[in-house]
Amino acid sequence: MTTLLIFVAQLLLPVAAAPLLTGFVRKIKARLLGRRGPPLLQPYRDLARLLRKEPILADNASWLFRGAPYGAFAAIWLAMTAIPTVATTTSPGLGLDLIAIAGLLGLARILIALAGMDVGTSFGGIGASREMTIGALAEPALFVAIIALAIIANSTALPDMSRAMSEGVGLRVSLALALGAIVMVAIAETGRIPVDNPATHLELTMVHEAMVLEYSGRHLAMIELGAMLKLVLYLSLIASIFAPWGLAHGGGAGDLGAALGLWLTKLAAGGFVLAVFETAIAKMRVFRYPEFLGAALLFGILGVVFLYISQHLK
Amino acid sequence: MSGVDQWALIGVAQTTLLALAVGGCLTNRRPVLIVPLYALAGLACLITLIAALGALLTAAPDAASRLVLPVGLPDIRSHLRLDGLSALLLVIVNTGGVAACVFGIGYDAHAAQPARVLAPFPLFLAGMNLVPLADDAFTFLVGWELMSLASWLLVLADHEHADNRRAGLVYLSMAAFGALALLMAFGALAGASGSYTFDAMRAATPSPRIAALAALALVLGAGSKAGLAPLHVWLPLAHPAAPSHVSALMSGAMTKVALYALMRGLLELTGTPQWWWGGILAVIGGLTAALGALQSLTQNDTKTLLAYSTIENIGVITAALGLAIAFKASGQRLEAGLALTAALFHALNHALFKPLLFLGAGAVLHGTGTRALDRLGGLIHRLRWTTPLVLIGCLAIAAVPPLNGFASEWLVFQSVLDATSLAHWEMKFATPVVGALLALAAALAAASFVRFFGIAFLGRPRDAAAADASEVAPSMLAAMAGLATLCLAFGALPGVPLDPLMRVAATMVDATGAMDRLLLGQGEGRTAWLAVAPHGDVTAVYAGLIAALGLAALTGLTVGLVSLASGSRPRRGPAWDCGFPDPRPQTQYTAASMAQPLRRIFGSVALAARDRVDMPAAGDTRPATFTSTLRDPAWRYVFDPLTGLVGRAADRLNALQFLAIRVYLSLMFAALIGLLAIVAIVR
Repeated sequence: MTTLLIFVAQLLLPVAAAPLLTGFVRKIKARLLGRRGPPLLQPYRDLARLLRKEPILADNASWLFRGAPYGAFAAIWLAMTAIPTVATTTSPGLGLDLIAIAGLLGLARILIALAGMDVGTSFGGIGASREMTIGALAEPALFVAIIALAIIANSTALPDMSRAMSEGVGLRVSLALALGAIVMVAIAETGRIPVDNPATHLELTMVHEAMVLEYSGRHLAMIELGAMLKLVLYLSLIASIFAPWGLAHGGGAGDLGAALGLWLTKLAAGGFVLAVFETAIAKMRVFRYPEFLGAALLFGILGVVFLYISQHLK
Repeated sequence: MSGVDQWALIGVAQTTLLALAVGGCLTNRRPVLIVPLYALAGLACLITLIAALGALLTAAPDAASRLVLPVGLPDIRSHLRLDGLSALLLVIVNTGGVAACVFGIGYDAHAAQPARVLAPFPLFLAGMNLVPLADDAFTFLVGWELMSLASWLLVLADHEHADNRRAGLVYLSMAAFGALALLMAFGALAGASGSYTFDAMRAATPSPRIAALAALALVLGAGSKAGLAPLHVWLPLAHPAAPSHVSALMSGAMTKVALYALMRGLLELTGTPQWWWGGILAVIGGLTAALGALQSLTQNDTKTLLAYSTIENIGVITAALGLAIAFKASGQRLEAGLALTAALFHALNHALFKPLLFLGAGAVLHGTGTRALDRLGGLIHRLRWTTPLVLIGCLAIAAVPPLNGFASEWLVFQSVLDATSLAHWEMKFATPVVGALLALAAALAAASFVRFFGIAFLGRPRDAAAADASEVAPSMLAAMAGLATLCLAFGALPGVPLDPLMRVAATMVDATGAMDRLLLGQGEGRTAWLAVAPHGDVTAVYAGLIAALGLAALTGLTVGLVSLASGSRPRRGPAWDCGFPDPRPQTQYTAASMAQPLRRIFGSVALAARDRVDMPAAGDTRPATFTSTLRDPAWRYVFDPLTGLVGRAADRLNALQFLAIRVYLSLMFAALIGLLAIVAIVR
């Protein structure tokens, strides 16, 4: 019974909470700018409105254009289920490790990039080109960070990593460097400032918005929800590795309730930090991306090197 | 199946192929022979495939079946041997062979001079089948040269184009260099006793210096055939020049035969490998992968793009092979077996999705008459069946779940994670670099194939050729569908192909017994094929079935829930495009503009890429131009200086042709004295 409960919770909770997190980040950003901001539940209303509206397809849109939003959303969702949110024991995404999560996010990215090119507009092309560029810069940094973490945790499966991390590996320089690398990759992959601006509709700075410009109605709703879920995914990923406290390793319902509360708190904390960071910083030029993600790669490599040295000194 | 039956089947099939080459010569005058010839060649490949599968699946891992043929040099004869690795190679070659023959039935029917393809084509297949079976250096080199020369003839099948003739010249020079290097390697390994059988080489223990020399010659010889940087320059010229189904075989099968020579040589024939061979090979592999992926991203020709992507995948396989050698030399048998399994699995997968993509490019060429990406577009509306098949190939090569390309790249990455446990500091520091290069290569490949598929199949037609494209013949679709099905199946159930591959790898690195736990639950009464779980230093699981079923289930669930929540059917309308849609197809992103950010970021350093815009001043009526140039570093730093040197030397030595007779006589005398002096000093 508990197993089933955990399974359903880890499958559905992230999707249910995703619009709330986005609403929260928008609210904080608005408050920091001195505005009142939209209500917390506004993203739910937006999604419901999009679902109701009649979608309009371009005359030459193909089956790939119609199917991609669902496929991409399912890929992000499946990746999300491999991350322990309340418990490490049961996971719907059992058998998918950190590398598979990166692969599934890659699948989502490819599907949306292809959909952006389907109608044959210049905006779709510019978005797809930039999105794949960001991916090519982010993946080496992510993989090197994974190497550092795998040396410490001795695993690439997230439940195992959470368990290993919560058993006390101490404070390490390498962990901080790997955290830095993963946070920078996460910012790039979720399309946040300074790499992309989720609120922009200025032509020259759009990346993600340019790809999905032709979408409307329920297709757009799935893409929006997918982007919101991706933010939850990266925050949960960082939380499950670097702040694994409170994750239920055993059964009890009380544990689960506490774990759920802690997870929501961690998401809120991550969202707050993100909002402050985004308010304080300006978006960078497209050709500054290599510097940003190159720094992430450097952090990852330094993390691995420091680990070797600390192992050697032991 | 007993050993004798296998040899009988293989023998009949190979003899048939040799006979078909004779029949192929007649097809210029009797085009009616084309279809039966392809059908018979396909049948021969199928028979060999069945025999090889039988050997791979049923034989004990270290069992090898031998045959000595009374042909060849006097007193040496031809030694043949069929073990796990040979059987795997036969499976790779003949799977591609069957697909290429089925595809060829529809593709080649309209060629002007079919004999130019059909005469060397069966010889090419026979050569690729002979190399893995050879168990002595002489037979090996005969098969190797048969493969090289037949494929050279196929590259020149369309010899009217100057580009193809240049490709043929470069290919022939590199093939000659490679064969020479292999000859040197075998010569060094045969030693003073001159025993050219592989059995004798396995039994001998060459001195470290000789073994290192032989390993170097092997890497140069086999690496040039496989396309390792910087010896890859011929590959993107030659592979696209051949007809598409031959390109599929050259990229899918012939490069694997070259890697076979590398594996057989470095893991078996050269004695105990040194750890630094593996380290150097892993770094070369990582660099080759990144360079190949980057070049593939910048090409405008569909088949050249695919050829560069072959270089990328060869790099990935070589990096895993390098790690396997380093592990074996360090005595970490389990990790060595895992890395070699990863290399073999990626080789098998690449032999499925690369032919699929080359056949897809052939279908596009057949349907539109062009290979230039910038003239294509919107084919998803015209080639309704080809498009989803090519999409499967693109997703597989982009290494995303749940396709087979991801399953093998995942294993390669696990080997990289294991490599952090290697004792040597050089290896420790090389490991994250190789890992980053491989991750970069995978991401660049994804960008490259989004570009390939997006420009060719999506968007609006850029040219009348693309607008009027027609779907290809059913036999061509069948060949692609077969390969695409295997890509899906091996992605969802990686355990099925991994089970025999693991046994082959374990035999190669003496890890039999240690590797039983690669597949989840083996020996515990659970289903072995469910998930892959390498139990090296880093524990992890990849369940392809969960990725495939999970994606299907969640997509279905999402579509169901959304259709419950919203009822209205979509309406069609003009594209939005921020309010300013432009009906001209030229306003779409092009192949060059799609690659521009990555070309500028990486290409300006690695490939000396330069973009030049010539914008006329106001009032000037000449057209604006944009030129984009790039230069392969291998040409720039290795081959251009080399060909320049050869050319200058030839110019100087040309004077020797016009001397007086007494000058010739004195030159000969001087040479004689010089040689005698050398002999005297060396003695």
